[in-house]
Amino acid sequence: MSFEGLPKGSGDKKKSFRESIYLWEIVRGLGVTARHLVRNILHTDDMPTMQYPEQKRVYGDRFRGRHRLMKREDGSPRCVACQMCSTYCPADCIEIIGAEHPDPKIEKYPLTFDIDLLRCVYCGLCEEACPCDAIRLDTGIYEIAADHRDKFVVDKDFLLNNDTDGTL
Amino acid sequence: MTIVFDTLAKILFFFVMIMGLVVVLIWMERKGSAFIQDRTGPNRAAIGGVRLAGLVHPVADVLKLLFKEDVTPANRHQALYNLAPWIGMTVAMSTYLVIPFGDFITVAGRQVPLVVADLSVGLLYILAISSLATYGTVMAGWAASNKFSFLGGIRATSQMISYEISMGLALMGLVLVFSSLRLTDIAAGQGDLIWGFLPKWGVVVQPVGFILFIVAVFAETNRNPFDMPEGESEIVAGVHLEYSSMKFALFFMAEYAHMVVGAALITTFYFGGYQIPWLPRPLIEAHAGLILTLELIGLGAVAVMIAMLFFRRVSKEKGKFGDARDREPVLGAGLWVLVAVAAVAGLGLKPWTIGPVGAEMVASLLQILTFVAKVVFFAWLFIWVRWTLPRFRYDQLMYLGWKVWLPLGLANLVVTAVVMAIV
Repeated sequence: MSFEGLPKGSGDKKKSFRESIYLWEIVRGLGVTARHLVRNILHTDDMPTMQYPEQKRVYGDRFRGRHRLMKREDGSPRCVACQMCSTYCPADCIEIIGAEHPDPKIEKYPLTFDIDLLRCVYCGLCEEACPCDAIRLDTGIYEIAADHRDKFVVDKDFLLNNDTDGTL
Repeated sequence: MTIVFDTLAKILFFFVMIMGLVVVLIWMERKGSAFIQDRTGPNRAAIGGVRLAGLVHPVADVLKLLFKEDVTPANRHQALYNLAPWIGMTVAMSTYLVIPFGDFITVAGRQVPLVVADLSVGLLYILAISSLATYGTVMAGWAASNKFSFLGGIRATSQMISYEISMGLALMGLVLVFSSLRLTDIAAGQGDLIWGFLPKWGVVVQPVGFILFIVAVFAETNRNPFDMPEGESEIVAGVHLEYSSMKFALFFMAEYAHMVVGAALITTFYFGGYQIPWLPRPLIEAHAGLILTLELIGLGAVAVMIAMLFFRRVSKEKGKFGDARDREPVLGAGLWVLVAVAAVAGLGLKPWTIGPVGAEMVASLLQILTFVAKVVFFAWLFIWVRWTLPRFRYDQLMYLGWKVWLPLGLANLVVTAVVMAIV
């Protein structure tokens, strides 16, 4: 076949006789697939497929999953509403409204703390920016699902008690 | 009257065989392709927690397609659009009429030949009917009024005129060797031996013709590497594109029915049809008792081996899923133990003392089984090749058809004619 006018490398490679009659190469290809087939029939357990809802992949400790807010010993949020995380957030998904704390030793506390999980890119910069270790991404939850967009915006109460499964 | 019942029974045999094989082939396609690509394949659909290694999925697929909405394009050509899905299925079902699936069977003292219609021009009938399937494809492509469907129809046409000639030429060589157009003669002729040890199968006497024919059959069934009318990576789904629900299911089933036809044709023309090599019918009838005994022992041994595989899973997968699926290994092991017990019970009936009537029956059933086994193997070959090779390009198929297969077929015909004249 002539390939004149086409850029170099578009099928102009000279084939050897054995390649040009296809048959031998086809038989070799059939051998490759047959090897895979027989191996997988005899050793079904060795297949890399995971039966997902029953078996789940185990991720390392440093895996960044869904966020949670840490608590003080008395149960109130550690967050002091300094806005460091929301400032640093590249996806701009954290919205905090701060308020004055009744305890004079604590300057501020978050009145609301909303994270839009659909905007979040799970980069973990909020974790690093936080001066008092109030936000962490260490829940290991990665199955995040809801039946409405609005449900992906999670509030302070949800984040404080964020140790359930993936359903929002 | 009896001939009507005989014919109806034989048609029923083929109908059940095709429909059963279609289900099995869909399963083989999905599971086989999965194993070839290191996946596990379908394993979710279950009846009462029993998944039958994915065999429930074809049933679930058909049920789903039956209940789906039938979406149709607004600018369709109504008559052709509705007719097209039926043509492929009808053609696939008609080709079977002339294929012999055994020598004869003796029922109530009558010898019934195991072929629906023993046409003297059977081979011409097959060539004429099987090409009609392209009309279904072309009609579907035209009637849907969609440019991708239309391109698929064009491809089907050009593909058909490229492979048909070499297919006919390949078969002409076979006709020269067996000097008959009757398929029963061709199948019977392949029971002989050449030089006393080589079975006179079509593939032995016509190796080039066999290669030409098998490639042409791949092109005719629109299977990879020649599935250009579908070409899902280039023209979406080609002719299937505007079809949904049961109309799509008809195309889908017709493809598999065509595969069964193709496999049956390859078997009949080139792999001895129902013939077992080195075991002609008189020999089977003379030693029917011995063969039956050996078969029962073999069946029992295989059943025990499969049952043991299941027993191994019983302990290993205890409580793996925590639901009804855990019963699977126990049920599987029980089923195969039952088969083994049935085989042993069959031995208890003393099969080695079988009479002449039973011997004839054993020979007939053995031939039918051989035919079905060969058909299943070649149908598997279609699937195997599909998951091995990439698709040929549209112009490459025409290049092959006109510039390679046609001269090769002519040369094969001439050489065969000269050899036949000398011998």
